[in-house]
Amino acid sequence: MEALILTVLLTSVPLIFAATGELVAERSGVLNLGVEGMMLMGAVSAFAATSIFGNPYMGILAGALAGAMTAAVFSLFALGLATNQVATGLALTIFGSGLSGLVGAPYVGGTVDGLPNLAIPILVDVPIIGNLLFNHDIMAYLSIGVLMLVAWFLNRTRAGLVLRAVGNSHDSAHALGYRVLLVRFGAVSFGGLMAGLGGAYLPLMLTPHWSEGMTAGRGWIALALVVFASWIPSRILIGALLFGGITIMQLAGQARGWTVPSQMLSMLPYIATIIVLVLIARNRDFALANSPACLGRLFISNK
Amino acid sequence: MISMTPRKHIPLSLTLLTPAVAIFLTLAVGVAIFGLLGFSPFDSLYTFFVAPISRPDQIGDLFVKACPLIITATGLVFCFRANVWNIGAEGQLIFGAIFSGWVALNFPDWPAMSLMPAMVLASIIGGICWAMIPALLKVRFNTNEILVSLMLTYVAALFIDWLVRGPWRDPMSFGFPLTKMYSDAGLIQRIDLPIVGTLGQLHWGVIGALLLAVAGGFVLSRTILGFQIKVMGDAPRAGQFAGFEPHLVTIGVMAIAGGAAGLAGMIEVSASMGQLQPNVSFGYGFTAIIVAFLARLNPIGVIFAGLIVALAELGGDYAQIALGMPKVVTGVFKGILLFMLLAGEIFNRYHITWRRPAVMPVSKGR
Repeated sequence: MEALILTVLLTSVPLIFAATGELVAERSGVLNLGVEGMMLMGAVSAFAATSIFGNPYMGILAGALAGAMTAAVFSLFALGLATNQVATGLALTIFGSGLSGLVGAPYVGGTVDGLPNLAIPILVDVPIIGNLLFNHDIMAYLSIGVLMLVAWFLNRTRAGLVLRAVGNSHDSAHALGYRVLLVRFGAVSFGGLMAGLGGAYLPLMLTPHWSEGMTAGRGWIALALVVFASWIPSRILIGALLFGGITIMQLAGQARGWTVPSQMLSMLPYIATIIVLVLIARNRDFALANSPACLGRLFISNK
Repeated sequence: MISMTPRKHIPLSLTLLTPAVAIFLTLAVGVAIFGLLGFSPFDSLYTFFVAPISRPDQIGDLFVKACPLIITATGLVFCFRANVWNIGAEGQLIFGAIFSGWVALNFPDWPAMSLMPAMVLASIIGGICWAMIPALLKVRFNTNEILVSLMLTYVAALFIDWLVRGPWRDPMSFGFPLTKMYSDAGLIQRIDLPIVGTLGQLHWGVIGALLLAVAGGFVLSRTILGFQIKVMGDAPRAGQFAGFEPHLVTIGVMAIAGGAAGLAGMIEVSASMGQLQPNVSFGYGFTAIIVAFLARLNPIGVIFAGLIVALAELGGDYAQIALGMPKVVTGVFKGILLFMLLAGEIFNRYHITWRRPAVMPVSKGR
């Protein structure tokens, strides 16, 4: 049972990273559908760096950098040239899937050592919850830390207020003298950094190898999580754990010899995403209360 | 600071020039990336874009490769024109293959005269059914059609995987995940040209694809339905004042795209595979998105765009064999191409100049 809960926690870590990053980007008014591509670039870079340097911490760094750089490509087009954000995001996912496959080709079949667990002294000895919550790798702690930091940043700091203002009314923010595109570039880059970290977690912790398209739709689920969280950071945690649980259910089901075909169990996370999207969308007030008003709209300053 | 002024009139030369420039820039960037990764740039270019069409029979194969792309992209043009973001054509294609496969596997004794139309109809229904899920959820609950249609693609891929490994597997397949072969009546035949005979794999489905694209062009430019779709995409408020039903347009374009994708699935299986297998599509549903944009959302343009992208797809196959590159590398080209096309769109729509920083902002929503 404890092993099962631990797996659920680990499975939700990449989702927390990617969804938190995307939430910040969306709060600034940018819909970046390229999360899947950025995660793949993060994953392949993390695996490659870990193989080369033999050190998983270099992998974390490489993953984050690769994610941010991939996001910069999106910014170049969607912000710099004001291209349609939906289509540009799709292009980023296609591009990222292809490039990650090309870069990762020599690494298919190899394995790396995962991140070591860092037990927090004293706390880890607390009965029942100690080992569950306080004996993880650095990225698991980091994911929670980043989530809390983002919640604080968005709601309690002046810079967070500016970011939300840009997302809610880019014209007003521009009139007040804020650099709309600069703020958005920062938010998108942060989103890429986080997606890269989320991607890096896959080869470093979940499955110690690289394979093409190994994110298997996690980037898209992260996008759905932002909707599920109705753009409120703390709710991402609930959503990610929920999806982690559903993903793990298939493994648990196989282990217990359920007679349901494995493909049906593998469908669960995707079907659950659809159901959640419907449930959230039904209650419009709840769903859209914190939705950035300028989400996905182009900003072009004239004259 | 960059200043963008909307153009009042887009010159025709610009309309035609944009895709050409986009393709050229894509090649330049692609070659640079291959160079950086240690592949010989010119070998890669040759393998990708010349080797696949260096013999006459390969021209036939090019059309065959373009066939599912042209059909699917024609349907997607309707969606994107109406600003409905159906990106789950891959799943709709798979369901078209499943539905027509059910007909082919259950009625193998029917003559081609009745089996073929039944399979076509079944594939269209299958694609429409799968497309109606995101369409109805969007209309009824305002859910995001991008995410729903994409999630359904994963579901569809797992579903066909289950079918061909489980209930539909041919007991004589020695454990391979394959259904029985379709009867001859359920197979699309190759075209037997006078004098030259068959041209590669060129089959009758290709003719269907070309006709469909032309029909799509007619509907979009000459009928009230096409007009409604374009108005709802460009100016939804104006469309509502004109009395158009936005929900009906959404459902209509999703049905068109789903039906077309389903048909593409049927043709792909009946012409090239002859039986269902776990991978009936190799990302055609996603690639068709790029084809639609390369065609500048024009069904006639889809024919040419389909051939160009099919060339890159074939090139990917060759690169896999000749240079040992993984097949996904075509994704690099496809992604860059889509970036360039989108950027080109902006240069078309706006007059871009370099000016002093702005004082008064004007924003432009889409």
